[in-house]
Amino acid sequence: MLRIDGLTKTYKTGDKALSNVSFDVPQGQVIGLIGPSGAGKSTLIRCINRLVEPTSGTVRLNDVNLPALRTGDLRRARRRIGMIFQEYALVERLTVMENVLSGRLGYIGFWRSFARRYSSRDIANAYRLLDRVGLMSHADKRADALSGGQRQRVGIARALAQDPELLLIDEPTASLDPKTSRQIMRLIVEICRERGLPAIINIHDVVLAQQFSDRIIGLQSGSMVFDGPPSGLTEAVLTKIYGEEDWTAMRKGAAEDADAEAEEKMQAEKMLRAL
Amino acid sequence: MSTAYPTTWRKPPQMIQSRGWRIALAVGAVIYLVLAIGTIEVNWARVIAGMERAQRFVAGFLQPDFTTRWRDISTGLMESLTMTFTSTVVGVLISIPIGVGAARNIAPQWVYYICRSIIAISRALQEIIVAIFFVALFGFGAFAGFLTLTFATIGFIGKLLAEDIEDIDEAQAEAIRATGASWLQLINYAIQPQVMPRLIGLSLYRLDINFRESAVIGIVGAGGIGAALNTSLSRYEYSSAGAILLIIIAIVMIAEYSSGYLRKWVK
Repeated sequence: MLRIDGLTKTYKTGDKALSNVSFDVPQGQVIGLIGPSGAGKSTLIRCINRLVEPTSGTVRLNDVNLPALRTGDLRRARRRIGMIFQEYALVERLTVMENVLSGRLGYIGFWRSFARRYSSRDIANAYRLLDRVGLMSHADKRADALSGGQRQRVGIARALAQDPELLLIDEPTASLDPKTSRQIMRLIVEICRERGLPAIINIHDVVLAQQFSDRIIGLQSGSMVFDGPPSGLTEAVLTKIYGEEDWTAMRKGAAEDADAEAEEKMQAEKMLRAL
Repeated sequence: MSTAYPTTWRKPPQMIQSRGWRIALAVGAVIYLVLAIGTIEVNWARVIAGMERAQRFVAGFLQPDFTTRWRDISTGLMESLTMTFTSTVVGVLISIPIGVGAARNIAPQWVYYICRSIIAISRALQEIIVAIFFVALFGFGAFAGFLTLTFATIGFIGKLLAEDIEDIDEAQAEAIRATGASWLQLINYAIQPQVMPRLIGLSLYRLDINFRESAVIGIVGAGGIGAALNTSLSRYEYSSAGAILLIIIAIVMIAEYSSGYLRKWVK
């Protein structure tokens, strides 16, 4: 379980990216973190695994206060926090398998990782994950040979290879088309359910956030302005987070999307039954 | 009713606003150039004598003599090639840690400053000056040449490698860091794959620079083909000198083409 308390980040330039953010993430909960660009969403999740150093506040993962850790302990804490990135952030010139196995770096020594001598357990697990995300046959391809959706699946497999207790997910669909976005979001949420993994998904698409998360947190210029169930995202709340906009029209579009999806599902089931 | 837009346009002056100053500066520059050329003393008698020598040189170049001094040429050549190859390998091996240390985005600040100053020293001293120094220290011969080229390679590869590391895609490094990787693992998994093709390309390029430099530093006593060239020139054996120059040109061209081909292949 993750407990964030009074988290504040002020950049050297004096920009206050986060001010006094506090919330708890219980086991298995998928949180959608929404807010306009520059609201501090990326900073918030990066302050958790300290890719960005928080200025003050505590972040407790299973009662370990992450901001207080020194290098070695930080590595040990990071290896249990999986992260999925906006532009996939795969190492382009490494193979898919190397990218997945790099999720194990926190667990093994330098020379073993240098020689790519991973344990048979790690290798079997990497193959199992690739199979889970549907990329079994792509294991030995170079990462830059894959499409956007496939790359994001490798990113997911890498995060899961860490055997994480928490997933931090930064705009997973920002560079994907709408259909692939949905598939990726569904895959992420399914995996979180399978493993009872808590996740913080930083996402700017309100509709996707509502559709896939258990709870929504809204950030507006570094402060939490909403914390509640997806159904609580009323027009007034959205206006508070994003400013004035025609939300009803957007919702209608979302409803149509959902209908189309239900239709698709029914078709698929019909086909399955026919077989 | 449409607005009447201007139909003429001239580029506004970029650096000096005043027309008077622009003309004054241009005239001043021309006058200075004329006066400066006037101060160069030319001994025309000497130039004419030199032209005759140049003729003999060109004649020697057109009838290169590979055989008379073949023993000197071949030992010089072998020495140069050995010097080139060993100094490139050793220089690149030393410059990798220095280049990594000189990359601001991955090295701590004090390491950064140390490595940057090593690179600055190596780049500030021209090969010939370094060669003269090493020849004075270790005597004539290929060892001084080897040290000189190694020293020069460190500055060259170190600087370019550091710049390349500073230009990497940070997201990939961030992702590896987020897995709990150590610093060495970060270098091996996130940095190395991104800079390796360029490092190989630079090393091949440096190999061919080192060969050319080995001919030059030979003239100040650092052994190799340059020493053979120097000897034949001072003996007025222009046909042997021509042969040596042709060999140098041929090797540089071979190195140029093959390294270009290899660089394309490692992408």
